[in-house]
Amino acid sequence: MGPQPFTMPHIEYSALAPVFVLFVAATLGVLIEAFVGRTLRRQLQLLVTFGSLIIALAFAITQWSSHAVVAEGALALDGPAVLLQITLLVIAIVGALLMAETKADPAGDAFAPRTSAIPGSDDEREFTMRGWTQTEIWPLFLFAVSGSILFPMANDLLTMFIALEMLSLPLYLLVGMSRRRRLLSQEAALKYFVLGAFASALFLFGAALIYAASGELTLGAIANAANQDSSTTSLMLIGAVLVLVGLFFKVGAAPFHQWSPDVYQGAPTAITAYMSAATKIAAFGAVMRLLYVGLQGLQWDWQPVVATVAVISMLVGSSAALVQTNIKRVLAYSSVAHAGFIMTAMLAVNPRGLAGALTYLVTYGFVSTAAFAVVSLVRSPAGEANDISQWAGLGRKSPVTAAVFTFLLLALAGLPLTSGFTAKFVALSSAWNGWTGGVVIAAVLTSAVAAFFYLRIIVSMYFSPAKDDISVTVPSTLTRLAIGVCVGITTVFGFAPQAVLALVEHAGVFVS
Amino acid sequence: MSPAHYLALSALLLCLGAAGVLIRRNAIVMFMSVELMLNAANLALVTASRMHGTLDGQVFAFFAMVVAAAEVVVGLAIIVQIFRSRRTASIDDASLLKY
Repeated sequence: MGPQPFTMPHIEYSALAPVFVLFVAATLGVLIEAFVGRTLRRQLQLLVTFGSLIIALAFAITQWSSHAVVAEGALALDGPAVLLQITLLVIAIVGALLMAETKADPAGDAFAPRTSAIPGSDDEREFTMRGWTQTEIWPLFLFAVSGSILFPMANDLLTMFIALEMLSLPLYLLVGMSRRRRLLSQEAALKYFVLGAFASALFLFGAALIYAASGELTLGAIANAANQDSSTTSLMLIGAVLVLVGLFFKVGAAPFHQWSPDVYQGAPTAITAYMSAATKIAAFGAVMRLLYVGLQGLQWDWQPVVATVAVISMLVGSSAALVQTNIKRVLAYSSVAHAGFIMTAMLAVNPRGLAGALTYLVTYGFVSTAAFAVVSLVRSPAGEANDISQWAGLGRKSPVTAAVFTFLLLALAGLPLTSGFTAKFVALSSAWNGWTGGVVIAAVLTSAVAAFFYLRIIVSMYFSPAKDDISVTVPSTLTRLAIGVCVGITTVFGFAPQAVLALVEHAGVFVS
Repeated sequence: MSPAHYLALSALLLCLGAAGVLIRRNAIVMFMSVELMLNAANLALVTASRMHGTLDGQVFAFFAMVVAAAEVVVGLAIIVQIFRSRRTASIDDASLLKY
């Protein structure tokens, strides 16, 4: 048997344009780190970061009406993927604005001047005194963003795994780079890394089992193989469970959520703001594509699993948030509960369920990012004041900040006239059919519990005496713009739900 | 020997690795156990590739190796940083963040 002729794969580079732009920009950022002097570095990095994010956003918008499987089946360019990409890029721009803030902390930005310096050492004090800043965060951030926008587009298990790692690896590092409370930050990075690597290994083994069962890696072909040959279904199911565990870890669904409160608390708040939204949106995009395209024939097998995880997430998220004293941990547990709501919508395996989950992802991302952005503004002399007792009386001290945070908490609780209500209504009504109605009832009951701890924070902000050593920093235009964009989107999607519903309707269904 | 045996071996290696992550308390050893899990997956991929007579699995295994190498860089950086500030790599001592 002679050697077979090699045929070049056909790759539609236009489909990959947003990912490529960010990847090239990140590589450029690495070169800037190596060759540009300290004085110019920050400005150049900011230029490259914001420039590439805006160009990538423009490319993503031009693909708004595509509906095709491209790159030899490796990528799916369809409405849901492009909608999630656009959302992720806007959130990345907001996140970059927060990371660029230098006015909130008197010592500079939110990142350690040199992560290699031992906390509390003379080196660290000297670097801080000289006003040096860490600029390696920008290329790392761009690598993470390029992985995140590849994630919802991935149409085979290999691309999905690479996207997962491209998103995760830079985030492990960024989590450990906080300027204040460095030991907490390093510990968060260690926990995130060990548990994240464990979850990716499970994902990889699951992908190997699915490949062993079906002989295919692209999701459409896996679905065909599952429908034709039922003798390997058990192997396929074990693989699917392992892959789902890996992805559920990324979205922070209970019982795979253990990392999220610790990481959200320890990470620099700007990074928490970005990752709380981005990892959820990107990974849920992949979960939905896997379930709706690759495992569509096994719907009766995975639905009970997803329903169980959804109920556990909502129960654990809502009840654990009740007893937290740290505001970042409250928001982390609330994000666990929100993962449960999104999965409730996914249980309706039809276009309405997909639309519900997409609506939830698009609206929730902005609320969560803005909430963490506000958290970064309330400070004591030692750094951020994250203890809820320190937030008492904020309504008198800084009425605007308290009002914005109240609005965001109401959006998280899902009150009408905020985007949270729109999302909850669309998501839960799509699953209100047949036995999944039971999960919807659990969702409604746990939202009532969740409303209690949001209201507790609001009551404490307005009806308790103020603390003396707490101040609200007046941030620069960057943070104001970031919070303004998120609050604006939350308001518009709340007052005019048809705006987000029209976007989701245009997005349509997954290509298969 | 039937390829199914190799699949069983890879499952055994995965379980050993997972047990290592869950039981051991030294961050470096936990990390080595994760690498064992990744290599178990590689063995499963290559075996499945042989079973089906397609190359996809072997290509996937190469990608997995590159990712594992990148993960080593990131992981060791984090562990070394922790070790330098606390003089220990035990997971039990990293307990500032809880509940």
